[in-house]
Amino acid sequence: MAHAIFFYVFSTIAIVSAIMVTASKNTVHSVFFLILDFISVSCLFIMIGAEFLGMIMLIVYVGAVAVLFLFVVMMLNVAQQKNQWFLSSQSSRHIPMGLIIGTIIFFELIIVIGGWKYKPELLDKKNSISSFEGISNTHSLGQILYTDYIHIFQISGMVLLVAMIGAIVLTFRQREGVKKQSYIKQISRERSEGVEVLEVQSNKGVKIDD
Amino acid sequence: MIDIGLGHYLTLGAIIFSIGIIGIFLNRKNIIVILMSIELILLAVNINLVAFSIYLDDLAGQVFTLFILTVAAAEAAIGLAIIVVYFRNSGTIRVEEIDKLKG
Repeated sequence: MAHAIFFYVFSTIAIVSAIMVTASKNTVHSVFFLILDFISVSCLFIMIGAEFLGMIMLIVYVGAVAVLFLFVVMMLNVAQQKNQWFLSSQSSRHIPMGLIIGTIIFFELIIVIGGWKYKPELLDKKNSISSFEGISNTHSLGQILYTDYIHIFQISGMVLLVAMIGAIVLTFRQREGVKKQSYIKQISRERSEGVEVLEVQSNKGVKIDD
Repeated sequence: MIDIGLGHYLTLGAIIFSIGIIGIFLNRKNIIVILMSIELILLAVNINLVAFSIYLDDLAGQVFTLFILTVAAAEAAIGLAIIVVYFRNSGTIRVEEIDKLKG
């Protein structure tokens, strides 16, 4: 009973906030609704027993991805560029097409779910949760993640590395007129061009040009 | 209605997936919202995988959810970097005005 109540509460919040992500006029509001969506789905994950993934969803999505979106939205100042898809006349021709395709996909998924039958013989009991009885979800996930899936795990690390390097390379730019330290110039300086010995005559001073 | 089973979670995933698809089609103003719709789609896939993983008592689904999470984070980082560079070069990220490729 409690499971049903929590499921309906969290899934309603998730669906409503997903609608608001796409329909909200202000992009900043969309990002906040995206955060709400992630939080409610991670609550659902924790509820059905995937605690590790629920927490990872909170950390990765809410803590990193959504905040990254928020940074970019605020940095690019697109909050003024209102997101008024239902008012623009030029874009209104996309609305029926999008709704038709979306509803077709939804009903296809519903048909697949409705016709789906659980076949026990499809289940490979090797990685079964119940074979690690008495240990937590995180523990059992770690036991197969670092053994059976170690290569995919390392490849996903490579994906993250490439993404990081790619993001840095894409957004890096050399600014003009910024004074920076140049090691080559510093090292290759000779005494002859840096220091000059002058005979200072009295009452005349030294003229310094640089 | 009271007994929450696999079908409920799959339906939730289907609904969020469709909302993401509709969001991509309907949103013609701001490309960041399209990226967020893609995040919604990946979230729906994650819901499906976790629900099946719990229901079939097989941890492979949760492992793959982890990898999808990784790919989603990488995709968000690269996509936002491209958007930042585009905004710096052309001053706009409206979907209608992004026509440099003349596609």
